[in-house]
Amino acid sequence: MYDVAIIGAGITGTFIARELSRYELDTVILEKDNDISSGATKANTGIVHAGYDAKPNTKMAYFNVKGNPMFDKICEELDVPFKRNGSLVVGFSGEDMETIEELYERGVKNGVPKLEIIDREKIKKLEPNIGKDVVGALYAPTAGIISPWELAIALAENAMDNGAELYLNNEVKDIESTDSGYRIKTNEREIKAKYVINCAGVYADEISQMVGDSSFKITPRSGQYYLLDKAAGEMINTVIFQCPRKFGKGIVVSPTAHGNIIVGPDNEVVPNKDATQTTGYRLSMIRETAQKSLEEIPFNKNITNFTGVRAEPDTGDFIIEESKVAKGFINVGGIKSPGLTSSPAIAEYVTGMVKDISGGLEEKEDFNPKRKKVIRFAELSNEEKTELIKKDPSYGRIICRCETITEGEIVDCINRNAGATTVDGVKRRTRAGFGRCQGGFCMPRVMEILARELNRDVTDIVKDGTDSYILTGETKEIENGEE
Amino acid sequence: MDSYEIVVIGGGPAGLAAAIEARKNGVENILVIERDKELGGILQQCIHNGFGLHVFKEELTGPQYSERFIKELKKMGIEYKLDTMVLHIDEDRNIEAINTKDGLIQIKTEAIVLAMGCRERPRGAITIPGTRPAGIFTAGTAQRFINMEGYQVGKKVVILGSGDIGLIMARRMTLEGAKVEAVVELMPYSGGLTRNIVQCLDDFDIPLLLSHTIVDIKGRDRLEGVVVAKVDENRRPIPGSEVEYECDTLLLSVGLIPENELSNEANIEIDPITNGPIVNESMETSVSGIFACGNVVHVHDLVDNVTRESRKAGKCAAKFVKDELKEDSHTVRTIPGEGVRYIVPQEIRVENVDEDITLFMRVTDIFKDAKLVLENGDKTIKEIKKIQFAPGEMEEIKINASELKDGEIGDLKVSIQKGGK
Repeated sequence: MYDVAIIGAGITGTFIARELSRYELDTVILEKDNDISSGATKANTGIVHAGYDAKPNTKMAYFNVKGNPMFDKICEELDVPFKRNGSLVVGFSGEDMETIEELYERGVKNGVPKLEIIDREKIKKLEPNIGKDVVGALYAPTAGIISPWELAIALAENAMDNGAELYLNNEVKDIESTDSGYRIKTNEREIKAKYVINCAGVYADEISQMVGDSSFKITPRSGQYYLLDKAAGEMINTVIFQCPRKFGKGIVVSPTAHGNIIVGPDNEVVPNKDATQTTGYRLSMIRETAQKSLEEIPFNKNITNFTGVRAEPDTGDFIIEESKVAKGFINVGGIKSPGLTSSPAIAEYVTGMVKDISGGLEEKEDFNPKRKKVIRFAELSNEEKTELIKKDPSYGRIICRCETITEGEIVDCINRNAGATTVDGVKRRTRAGFGRCQGGFCMPRVMEILARELNRDVTDIVKDGTDSYILTGETKEIENGEE
Repeated sequence: MDSYEIVVIGGGPAGLAAAIEARKNGVENILVIERDKELGGILQQCIHNGFGLHVFKEELTGPQYSERFIKELKKMGIEYKLDTMVLHIDEDRNIEAINTKDGLIQIKTEAIVLAMGCRERPRGAITIPGTRPAGIFTAGTAQRFINMEGYQVGKKVVILGSGDIGLIMARRMTLEGAKVEAVVELMPYSGGLTRNIVQCLDDFDIPLLLSHTIVDIKGRDRLEGVVVAKVDENRRPIPGSEVEYECDTLLLSVGLIPENELSNEANIEIDPITNGPIVNESMETSVSGIFACGNVVHVHDLVDNVTRESRKAGKCAAKFVKDELKEDSHTVRTIPGEGVRYIVPQEIRVENVDEDITLFMRVTDIFKDAKLVLENGDKTIKEIKKIQFAPGEMEEIKINASELKDGEIGDLKVSIQKGGK
């Protein structure tokens, strides 16, 4: 019998798991996919928002503004790259500047510090390459950029280091209420827990319905992206939003935490919750719209495109509450943007709810808030590199040429709690395969290392999902033993 | 700090030929740095034949071709480091490399020969919409899996791009028992060699769909199908022409990009058309003492040409070390005219041309019954007539030293003109 079962290993689920791991609780995370952060967490813009966007007195506004300043500490504890590079909302007309004025007022109401409306001259100082039609902007120096999936992976690892358990590939099929809590049936196992926290992203409404709570509905909305090579990364410094208008919020152009440029997302309702395909006409539209902010975006340095599906709640705000019909069942649903920014504050709040519901929690004496440091070889000094290779020669073998990722780093990311078991898992943790050749050179090597470390056959190594096999067998394999 | 006279970065066909030639021209202290586990480069995975027709006057497989150079290099006792990656170089010819044995290595050298080769353009470079399942490989990665690692990558295949690797892989996948449904080519002509179209597609009844592209990719975990559409003369998909092909594998052969991240570090000037360093008659880049050859300069279709070019780079690097290259010679530029995409070398310091110099170039389109004309001002120096010129086949024009040193020669222009055979 677990104390808490968390459904979903995205940013919300992993953050809550990590916060709960401070206390004497048996916690388990159930994740339907083959890795941490397989849903919206791995496919968003990676922005820590300042907090002027959400309407005052909403949960979104509250948790956004509360969550934003929490990132410095958590990223330091978990050794996750995070940069407070500031954001701009750029306007192209007098009408836009009126909207920007409203955003400023809203931000002040929400409690966002250091907001400033700046003119073109000042924008040019921050962004020398800004588009010619930009007249002014709202500048929010507290905005930042982070790699969301790395944060989720780090949170899961730290939660597990502190005793939490994780079951991947366990899709929740049914939940039954029992005298002492809940019985959860997955495709693979049955577990019991006193409390359940529903962090199932776009599927949160379906999970909630399993305990008879139909109080909210989630609509999938998708946003598509371009990701450009690091070689393009130096052309901008801040997160550049466009002034929202009646017909859309515009397109963001932003550096990523690792120095790429990300361009996107658009926003469309999609029929399926797993509609993560990209479409030609939408990508073209994104490209055109983005070029208003910066004419010279080098789209010829595009390395990949992707789509994220966000959870749009019909309530218009985050749903963070104990179900009215199921005691001890907490819904954390509709966590769309600014969900990432809000996640630390949501996790703290939900932990408080568990404390209240359970009648108090006992702190763990040996809780370790720090994750074992991640060695990022390319960032080390020459002395450190030399020392490291002497100690462990595998750091002297470059596997990913584009991002300079060593064998040592790949082995390390496999052998941690919540470690990588797939090619994309290695990519998300180390950036091997994230560069301009997109794994063309390193994929065979990464597969070899995965097979060796996990003691599996190379043909059993998958790209991402359990059925995403890469190799179909050995060459000249004779079927049915016949020649 | 280790020091050498010449360091060659890359132990593929270009690097091997450059190192050997430098030694033949009297340079003793040479190091070849190779990032893979063995010398030979991509040739090691090109197990088909057709290499060496020009250099050795016989038909060899890729590994056989490279083996001849590897043997010679070893016989000469030229030093090489395997499994070693160069991390940084600079204009003053300092090199930083690493491997598991020596750790971080700092090297100072008098001359560098860049021979890093090229990489394949991935899916993102051409922005094919759709899902992102497993089963999409660049043709070279699939070739490595099959020919070097011994694994098959799929059973039902569509290939996008009819460059040489795509064509070769169509045949290779077929021989391994896979069904190649089609080779899809955006352009109205193939980017590969004619002999490869005949030997790899026609002989196996594999359809080549010219003026077609892939407009959608389907499948969640593993590829399930691709949607192919016709394109108009502006290369835009024609609505209504879509046909879905069921397949578990998509190979991309959509172009190669010279790998010049190191060149950029040394502030070497890059030609925006070739994506490789601008070089002179000696295959020297814009940075004195740094030479370049092979696919890092421009993408070749025949390794024999890589060898010729690299021998020149090796020889000239040796001359540089011995201070025999003339820096202040009269210099002419080569200018691509109508119908010519690029010319290598881009500059000729006339006094450094010993006997002759060969200009390598590619045309921009298919030209029938046309001629390539080399002009110096109003004066025509050379003409090459052909039934057909194609972008997939590299053209060359050889100029004798005497023609260059003849009076006040100016910039040389090459263009396509009417009136061939």
